Amino acid sequence: MKEPVVSIKNICKAYQKGSETIPVIHDITFDIIDGDFLSLMGPSGSGKTTLLNLIAGIDKPDCGEIIVSGINITRLSESELSRWRAINVGFIFQFYNLIPVLTAFENVELPLLLSPLSKSQRREHVISALRVVDLLDRIDHKPKELSGGQQQRVAIARAIVTDPAIIVADEPTGDLDRKSATDVLNLMTRLNDEFGKTIIMVTHDMRAAKRAKTIKYLDKGYLNDSPANTDL
Amino acid sequence: MTHLLILIYRNLFRHKLRTFLTILAVAVAILSFGILRTVIDVWYLGVEVASANRLVTRNAISLIFSLPVSYREKIMSVDGVKSVSYGNWFGGIYIDEKNFFPNFAIEPKGYLGLYPELVLNEKEKIDFFKDRKSAIVGEKLAKRFGWKIGDTVTLKGTIFQGNWDFTIRGIYKGRDKNTDETIFFFHWDYLNEMVKKTMPTYADQTGFFVIGIKDASRAGEISQNIDSIFKNSLAETITETEKAFNMGFVAMTEAIVVVIELVSYIVIFIIMAVSANTMAMTVRERSNEYAVFKTLGFRTIHLLGLIFGESFLITMSGCLLGIALSFPIADLFSASLSEFFPVFNISMQTILFDVVGGCLIALTAAVFPSIKAINTDIANGLRKLI
Repeated sequence: MKEPVVSIKNICKAYQKGSETIPVIHDITFDIIDGDFLSLMGPSGSGKTTLLNLIAGIDKPDCGEIIVSGINITRLSESELSRWRAINVGFIFQFYNLIPVLTAFENVELPLLLSPLSKSQRREHVISALRVVDLLDRIDHKPKELSGGQQQRVAIARAIVTDPAIIVADEPTGDLDRKSATDVLNLMTRLNDEFGKTIIMVTHDMRAAKRAKTIKYLDKGYLNDSPANTDL
Repeated sequence: MTHLLILIYRNLFRHKLRTFLTILAVAVAILSFGILRTVIDVWYLGVEVASANRLVTRNAISLIFSLPVSYREKIMSVDGVKSVSYGNWFGGIYIDEKNFFPNFAIEPKGYLGLYPELVLNEKEKIDFFKDRKSAIVGEKLAKRFGWKIGDTVTLKGTIFQGNWDFTIRGIYKGRDKNTDETIFFFHWDYLNEMVKKTMPTYADQTGFFVIGIKDASRAGEISQNIDSIFKNSLAETITETEKAFNMGFVAMTEAIVVVIELVSYIVIFIIMAVSANTMAMTVRERSNEYAVFKTLGFRTIHLLGLIFGESFLITMSGCLLGIALSFPIADLFSASLSEFFPVFNISMQTILFDVVGGCLIALTAAVFPSIKAINTDIANGLRKLI
């Protein structure tokens, strides 16, 4: 039995909207084992992105604990959390979120700027990451000079360049055409299979979700192993 | 650090027109600020260039009342006094009132001895001393009216009626760049000679004495000693340092200076608001990028570097452009308004004020957008795009 890389214990989260408190996550407990490819599905507003943000340390739960690779990230301060994210988490967003004034190389290099690596070591890492996503020929291109699929591959290279413990992806194929979406999903599957990366992906797309080893469903803030009736 | 600078530099060109217009606005503001500060400097120039070793004695009632020229010998006898000269405001007009320039009747040898900053070659000096109907003029004034040595210039008297003819025997240059080169000097003897004929009761009178002292630290004591000599006389005196004497003139127009000073600060305040608006727009547009930076592990200090760096780069570009433009503009100003501003030089202090003003604008413009960028949590920042 593999060890869990992420342990989520009784977490809850609510947002304040004026005087109203809106609960988003209700008492969720589960583990994600090392090397898993987990897909989180559910209707809009079910709390998928919120749960992903909590696991990735970009939001904090109101109660409960999240332990990633033995570190209780709910107890980290903001600056500790920043450092932790830089080392342990790779991010893939729906709209790629590349910096438009930087080239593909520079975008991938960004997370490494916070590491103690030398310039030549950084270059080596960036080249390796861009080779994995098969974009070495677009190294000096800026995001607007790349297609949506290519931009998402640059974002994936940026996510893996620091060799993080987990990769979180929020609707990574949501803005892509069918072919580009397939390419991106193939790439993510490869990262999981060949490189053993733990991937947590939020998606609406059943075709994308089926690539995962594990699928979990969120409905109104509750986590289930099977979809709610409304989703069937 | 290098990467941060590259990013700041590239961000500048994301909205070229906006960046260009902001730089231009800052340049115009800094230029206006610099010119207004220079106007204030020029206003106080007489005070600044005054020598600590010179005192001025005038009638205690008012400057418009004269003093007997015979006071010179008594003043000369006061301990600590090195030399004494005297002069009169003449108030003559050259052809038309709009051709205003200051003109004084002076006792030439003593006066030029007391003002070494008026540089005249030996021949011109001797020619001026020899010819009682001669005059010396500043280089700027001579250029303004195209006067040359040997020319005859006629001034129409306002206080001392009649047409007064003078032969130009010398054109002085300023030893320092702040020396006024727009003054017209002629012999007090010539004035007195004519006054004796036309207004005998005003003969042998002078408007002021200029006194050279050996030790500037004794100025107060010497001034008191001079005034005490003429206590209870028909023409009591007030003696003060040249700086205080000149300051008296500035004080009369202090309200104007205050208004100019106020306007110069308002200019800076307005441009602060303009720059702050630019930076606020910039930060609002990039809120999701800042969220991405935070997500990737970049900390507050990095975001502050990006925002303040861009603000500084834009503002200081405008500031440097404004400073560079202020020199030719000051020259234009000086050429077209030389009758009001005989010396119009941008001082180092004004440039320093410009730079400080630029830094202040950059800081203020970046403060509020930075606070907003830092306080926007990552989830909200990302949500703006997703």
